[in-house]
Amino acid sequence: MQIDAYDREYMCSGHVGCAGCGATIAMRLFMKAMGEKTIMVLPACCWSVIAGPYPQSAMKIPVIHTAFETGGATASGVRAALDMKGDTETSVVTWAGDGGTFDIGFQSLSGAVERNEDFIYVCYDNEAYMNTGIQRSSSTPYGAWTTTTPGQDWKRLRKKNIVEVLVAHRIPYVATANIAFPEDLIRKVQKAKSIKGSKFLHIFASCPTGWRIPSDMSVKIARMAVQTNIFPLYEVENGVHYTINNKPKEYLVREYFKLQGRFRHLTDKDLDQIQEMVNEDWGLLLKKAGERS
Amino acid sequence: MKRVLEGSHAVAEAVRLANVQVVSAYPITPQTHIVEIISDYCAKGKMNAKFIPVESEHSCLAALVGAQSAGVRTFTATSSQGLALMHEILHWVSAARLPIVMVDVNRALGPGWNIWTDQTDSLSQRDTGWIQLYCEDGQEVLDTTLQAFRLAERVNLPVMVVLDAFFLSHTYEPVDVPEQKEVDRFLPSYSPRFNLDTRNPYTLSPLVTPAFYMEMRHDMALAMDEAMTCFAEIEEEYAALFNRRYGSVEAVTCDDAEIILVTSGTITSTTRLLLEELRAKGEKVGLLKMKMFRPFPVEAVCRALGRAKKVAVIDRNFSFGAGGVFAQEIKAALYKLPVRPTVFGYIAGLGGRDVTTDVLEEIYIKTRETDLPSQESIWIGLQEVKYAN
Repeated sequence: MQIDAYDREYMCSGHVGCAGCGATIAMRLFMKAMGEKTIMVLPACCWSVIAGPYPQSAMKIPVIHTAFETGGATASGVRAALDMKGDTETSVVTWAGDGGTFDIGFQSLSGAVERNEDFIYVCYDNEAYMNTGIQRSSSTPYGAWTTTTPGQDWKRLRKKNIVEVLVAHRIPYVATANIAFPEDLIRKVQKAKSIKGSKFLHIFASCPTGWRIPSDMSVKIARMAVQTNIFPLYEVENGVHYTINNKPKEYLVREYFKLQGRFRHLTDKDLDQIQEMVNEDWGLLLKKAGERS
Repeated sequence: MKRVLEGSHAVAEAVRLANVQVVSAYPITPQTHIVEIISDYCAKGKMNAKFIPVESEHSCLAALVGAQSAGVRTFTATSSQGLALMHEILHWVSAARLPIVMVDVNRALGPGWNIWTDQTDSLSQRDTGWIQLYCEDGQEVLDTTLQAFRLAERVNLPVMVVLDAFFLSHTYEPVDVPEQKEVDRFLPSYSPRFNLDTRNPYTLSPLVTPAFYMEMRHDMALAMDEAMTCFAEIEEEYAALFNRRYGSVEAVTCDDAEIILVTSGTITSTTRLLLEELRAKGEKVGLLKMKMFRPFPVEAVCRALGRAKKVAVIDRNFSFGAGGVFAQEIKAALYKLPVRPTVFGYIAGLGGRDVTTDVLEEIYIKTRETDLPSQESIWIGLQEVKYAN
């Protein structure tokens, strides 16, 4: 890891994110590792607002806002133009939320990485449509309340495993990262930046507003997602070489769930079932990585 | 040099000559001949451009949003369902003030599946902020495509060049293809007014509150008005070099005409034939060809039609609950005149049905023989159809 990354800032104070917003921490860390030779494509997501309204911007790099479902395609065009201009130095990044990645932008993302476009696609994942007021997405986890999975209709479907879907595209680099693990995140961004072709980073970014947690718990909850194996930190190169970066054995999932208002309705039985699902997913990941628990 | 080209190939030659740097495309009949040739030119180095084979039309136009914003000249072509899928990004392109040029090969929308010509695809995009230019033959396609880049880049609005499926896209005609160095004099390399640049970082298309949004839309409106005058100037420059001009409209024997037929696209050529026949018989008939649809050439339309008694607008399109789109626009344009001709709206040739001189003559006679139109839209050539159960 390069320590000097901490001295660089490409995001300004005065952004309009909520207090404790994990997506702003994700951006700040990410940009420290990317540096100024970066052009960012921002499809509709929380960051469309966080970046600030015209004529202000919280970003010190060129940013192009674009339609919700176009993250992969718009970046492909920016890359093509830079290539035609002979600019091989500038990195192109798509910075999208989970709705713009797992759902509406999925086709555009799949198309872009199938063409192995040379760019980094970042999904900062806050597990629902938070900008529009906490509606469920295919990233919303099993058990969660949202405004479209209300009351006893809480989500009884698994979160889509977007990382494995991207891995199946056999692109050069796919990794998960988490705002509570800045060294790991920065190392992965630097690695992605050094690889040619399509790179996908899945960054876990807590949302105090949507998860019904106090704003000072944002980083703690994000850390617990890794410690409980709910959101494992790992990398996959060329669709086959798995590396698990963190193998915790400290917490039971119920401790993570009990801190969040969005899971308040779950019974002990539900939580036992979720523990089994997490164990199963973790076991599958270990197998792919050729490791034992 | 004169070459025998399909309308599609005339587009491809213009795109090659225009030094386009990024092309993205998704295949749809009858647009495919255009992008196959461009793809081949990119692969063989006849064009120094990158071809992005996207996974949908929506992504196609979004990719051009990225490329044009990063400061290069871009192009795409599509048709029908593909254009409809792009609808959201059509709005995006114009409001982002990106001078993208696109060819739309007019094709009917489904269901039922129909690959033949019909203008409803492009005309239903009339409020998206794109300049729209309709072409009659292969030469006009090539010339208009070249002019489109100049016009788009002058006013920072996108241009859609429109041609009929098959009757024009797949029909071979002699086309004068200009030399590269002549075209370079008319259309220099692209120099963007703004673009994504890490040395001068700023944000494009951000959140805009009510405090600014309306002014931005007004700027677009002014640019669209400006496009009308710029088009005439650009045509003059083009004519000086290549000795061809078309006008936003073309009025043929309208000065003394009592009845004027209004057409667009390839129906115009057929109407020219009928016009000669009718004039030879002493009929006082004229033809107004509509080339420009957005901005709508209100003054030119009023000048050409103002003295006629009756106007017969032939629409190969339909807006349900209203009528033929050209007819509506022409009625609105004529409203400013103190004395107006009676406008007859005819619907003909939908879904690629042939509009022959016989069909056009029927329209002419109906118009001549009736004082007022029997209906808002008169559908021509309807048959008794028993649908399959």
